[in-house]
Amino acid sequence: MRGDTRRLFQDRRATLGAAVLVLAALAALLAPLLAGDPIVQREIVATRFLPPLATDPLGAFHLLGTDRFGRDVWARLVYGARVSLGVGTLAVLLSVTIGVTIGAAAGFWRGWLGIGLLGLTDFALALPRVVLLLLLASLWRPSAGLVILVLGLTGWMTIARLVYAEVRALAGRPFVESAVGLGVPGPRILVRHILPNALTPVIVATALGLGNAILLEAGLSFLGLGVQPPTPSWGNLIASGRDTLINAPWVAAAPGVALVVVVVAATLLGDAVRDRLEPGGGRSAG
Amino acid sequence: MLLLARRALSGLGVVLGVVTLMFVLLRLAPGDPALLLVGPAATAEQIAAQRHALELDRPLAGQYAAWLARFARGDWGTSIATGRPVRTMLGRAWPATVRLVGISLVLSYLLGIAVGVVQAARGGRLDTLLSVASVTLFALPGYWLGLMLVMVFTYRLRWLPAFGAAGFDADFLPPAARMADRLRHLALPLATLTLVGIGGTARFVRGAMLDVAGAPYVMVARAKGLSEVRVTLRHVLRNALVPVVTLLGLSLPTLFSGAVFIEAIFAWPGVGRVLVEAVQARDYPVVMAATAVSAVLVVLGNLLAEVLVGWVDPRAR
Repeated sequence: MRGDTRRLFQDRRATLGAAVLVLAALAALLAPLLAGDPIVQREIVATRFLPPLATDPLGAFHLLGTDRFGRDVWARLVYGARVSLGVGTLAVLLSVTIGVTIGAAAGFWRGWLGIGLLGLTDFALALPRVVLLLLLASLWRPSAGLVILVLGLTGWMTIARLVYAEVRALAGRPFVESAVGLGVPGPRILVRHILPNALTPVIVATALGLGNAILLEAGLSFLGLGVQPPTPSWGNLIASGRDTLINAPWVAAAPGVALVVVVVAATLLGDAVRDRLEPGGGRSAG
Repeated sequence: MLLLARRALSGLGVVLGVVTLMFVLLRLAPGDPALLLVGPAATAEQIAAQRHALELDRPLAGQYAAWLARFARGDWGTSIATGRPVRTMLGRAWPATVRLVGISLVLSYLLGIAVGVVQAARGGRLDTLLSVASVTLFALPGYWLGLMLVMVFTYRLRWLPAFGAAGFDADFLPPAARMADRLRHLALPLATLTLVGIGGTARFVRGAMLDVAGAPYVMVARAKGLSEVRVTLRHVLRNALVPVVTLLGLSLPTLFSGAVFIEAIFAWPGVGRVLVEAVQARDYPVVMAATAVSAVLVVLGNLLAEVLVGWVDPRAR
């Protein structure tokens, strides 16, 4: 595994992707050190709609300018990273957990359980995601927790299918048969012998899914169904900049650029992992 | 044939499950369409009468059975919010969605396949350059790209309109001008959807081509002395198209349900927008009909993908 990791970082995509993600995560964690308060409004009239690199009459410097309430865009971007990266990561972890559990169980215990779980996967794939999101958002008050839940519950199907195929292929291999012959109980075979060998596609799907989850979180917040203002998230920052596209295009542009950079980084890392860990195969999965 | 019948049967089960779940969720959600219809000043009797007229006072199971029976016979009901037949509402919105999503799908697949083929066949610096471009396009959130295009082409340059599918005066224009007006309205939403789509397709096609490129039959084709173009198009691309066709089948449902985010940004009068408005107004018949149709299309898309794969790849038959 260590050799794999070293080889992985010989790939420039992996180095670049990981570096960007680490930087973004650090910025999110250290937000209070990097920026002022993202919500406080001071002298609105004098400080609003300042372009990037401007200094306001109160002497504060604004790297990315201010929005229509005079709030610092850089501060909102950095604090928004906490929400966007946090929600994205947790949502992906949730869908990976569900997907691995269902896919592994369906691949290992074929018969009625497997058929039932595969049926459940097909069913979940056919659910209209947006209608579901709209309804769930009206059932409960929109919040970060709800977004994590909804994205996690609607994003596990691809991972389940990947793990299912992998586990099914591994279940017939000699080392599994010998474990069965030694009388190792089924769940232990699955967890200790099969799953560790089936994790490569899961790692890839996680890296690629992270970008996707961050995009979807932003999309939901953009529609007003996600994290609610004044708490900044990249999605609701874009939404709030929508009304001031003419006066202050930087308000909508900055979070979008941040979003693209992070998603590109996650995708590059995922691509590199796939090419390194799965030589000669599986490339078409993304 | 037996396999197809079994798939169709399980597909029917999936559709039924989706429809049932959505019915239950829709009724669980707070908000009463009767209340929205009679207005805030209505008395309790008026609300009760309205609920009775809409048959909302019957037991839930009975309402569900009645809806299912009517839908199966092709009667989609009447919209609560607008009073118009659901079929007419969706039928009016659908052409706009098809125009936008259909053209965008065709363009993004054609261009995406072309880019992916060039990348896989040429390799080197061009491949790297195009890879960076396609990853970036792939990572662009559609609604944000849409806003940026609006900022540049509508607000700054004042070239293209950003709202709706036609200008206010469209009905009074001569045919040629009306056509031009429609195309101008189509330009920005179409560009947004297509640019994002190209990124995804190009990445996918490049990967699929490289997966196939090392296969023994490709080496044989080269050894036979076939030209590189012929090897690429006939032997590599044709086999690489198998997973691409599956992907295409999976995007069939969006031809109906539309691109909700893009339709919202550009006020495009398609099915996606009707759907969002219907959910907000708790317009049960509209939401149910749209959900049922899109679930059927998801299942059909999967079936179609399998059939198409069989057609492209005789081994899978």
